[in-house]
Amino acid sequence: MISTIIQLWTKYDYVYLNGLVGTLWLAAVTVFVATILGTLLAIMKLSKIKLLDRITNLYIGILRGTPILLQLYFFWILLPKISPVKLSDTACIVIALIVNASSYVAEIIRAGIQAVDKGQTEAAKSLGMSNRNTMRRIILPQAIKNILPALGNQYINMVKQTSLASVFFVQELMTSYRTVQSATFLAIPSLVIVGIIYLVVTTVLSKGLDIFERRLQANE
Amino acid sequence: MSREELIRVENLDKSFGELKVLKDINESIYEGEVISIIGPSGSGKSTFLRCLNLLEKPTGGKVIFKGIDLADKKVNVDLHRQKIGMVFQLFNVFPHLTVLENITLAPILEKKVPRKEAEKKADDLLKRVGLADKKDEYPTRLSGGQKQRLAIVRALAMEPDVMLFDEPTSALDPEMVKEVLDVIKSLVETGMTIVIVTHEMGFAREVSDRVLFMDEGIIQEQGSPDDIFNRPKNPRTIEFLSKIL
Repeated sequence: MISTIIQLWTKYDYVYLNGLVGTLWLAAVTVFVATILGTLLAIMKLSKIKLLDRITNLYIGILRGTPILLQLYFFWILLPKISPVKLSDTACIVIALIVNASSYVAEIIRAGIQAVDKGQTEAAKSLGMSNRNTMRRIILPQAIKNILPALGNQYINMVKQTSLASVFFVQELMTSYRTVQSATFLAIPSLVIVGIIYLVVTTVLSKGLDIFERRLQANE
Repeated sequence: MSREELIRVENLDKSFGELKVLKDINESIYEGEVISIIGPSGSGKSTFLRCLNLLEKPTGGKVIFKGIDLADKKVNVDLHRQKIGMVFQLFNVFPHLTVLENITLAPILEKKVPRKEAEKKADDLLKRVGLADKKDEYPTRLSGGQKQRLAIVRALAMEPDVMLFDEPTSALDPEMVKEVLDVIKSLVETGMTIVIVTHEMGFAREVSDRVLFMDEGIIQEQGSPDDIFNRPKNPRTIEFLSKIL
């Protein structure tokens, strides 16, 4: 078994590495765009306008209450039909992943902002600071310390979640497994290789996040 | 009283849902006055104080500060709050800013005071409360008493017309109460208008021009410290004071 794994790796390492690049890229693009979208959603959710709050609640509720695989299928089938420009499978899946992740990011940001002690807002308001300055100079700098670690976790989750894109043959690690498996009919060894790569990546990212988090706290 | 009226509260109501916390309060605060508000917990005294700078939005009535009704939705409350300093029970200093930045942030941002000038003033204020050597520290390095002194000078840096204190010593270790009360006392000596919600009866008796006793959302009785503490008339006042003195 071990020798088979080594053989597979020597022969197909470029397939796996391409898959890894695809996975990291998918996760990075998704989290990056989802952070922008999620921030807007969080602002809408925290706004005093009731209608905005309701719309975001519905959006977040649907995305968190249905399976991500269903959402991927939904966008993969729907988007090419309604899009004026031609969209690749990868584009459809990236959009679906972004939309899904945005709901989680919105909750992370909202929770991070609301975790800042209410007394901070009151103190800023009592000094006559505007809402805008209170948010920018008092709340956000403190919220960011709650938000960044959670976003890091979201990125690590994303690394794993993008494996679902293999269903649609988007280039990423699980698709590499399928490619090699269908060429060699060796399933378990290929799965083990992909599994190890996932483990290494998530472990390294988790450790990095730990260090980053400790740095943030040290700055208090 | 011949002094000028600074804040006038008219028919002030405040409810949280079904709960009526303030019931039709009418009161005036005059320039240079030192007013202590005492009363049992849940009596509405903190809520009353927080209505004075609109941190709590009144359910009804007016809060008139220098002739302008702050409860009016068309009024820019932020602007007027700059003239109403507030100190909180839990200090609420900004943990991500240095001591100096805590003090200079609002004047620089909202009053457009040049940084140099704001820092000079902050230095002077810090000297006054004995924190000059702490100006580059972060508040996590300060004791409770030091945090509260910082909170006081942070409010003073905006050059307010009145200072509101919401139980400023309630969260402090006993040995730190005095250092904060001393700062407030020195503020009294400068002639600052002060409204303080407090459980420190000795302090209230010593520094106040007027003491308000609140219970059940109403100012039940008010008068000079001598009247309230030595000759209370309202049975509730008598009962409250008998419990704590």
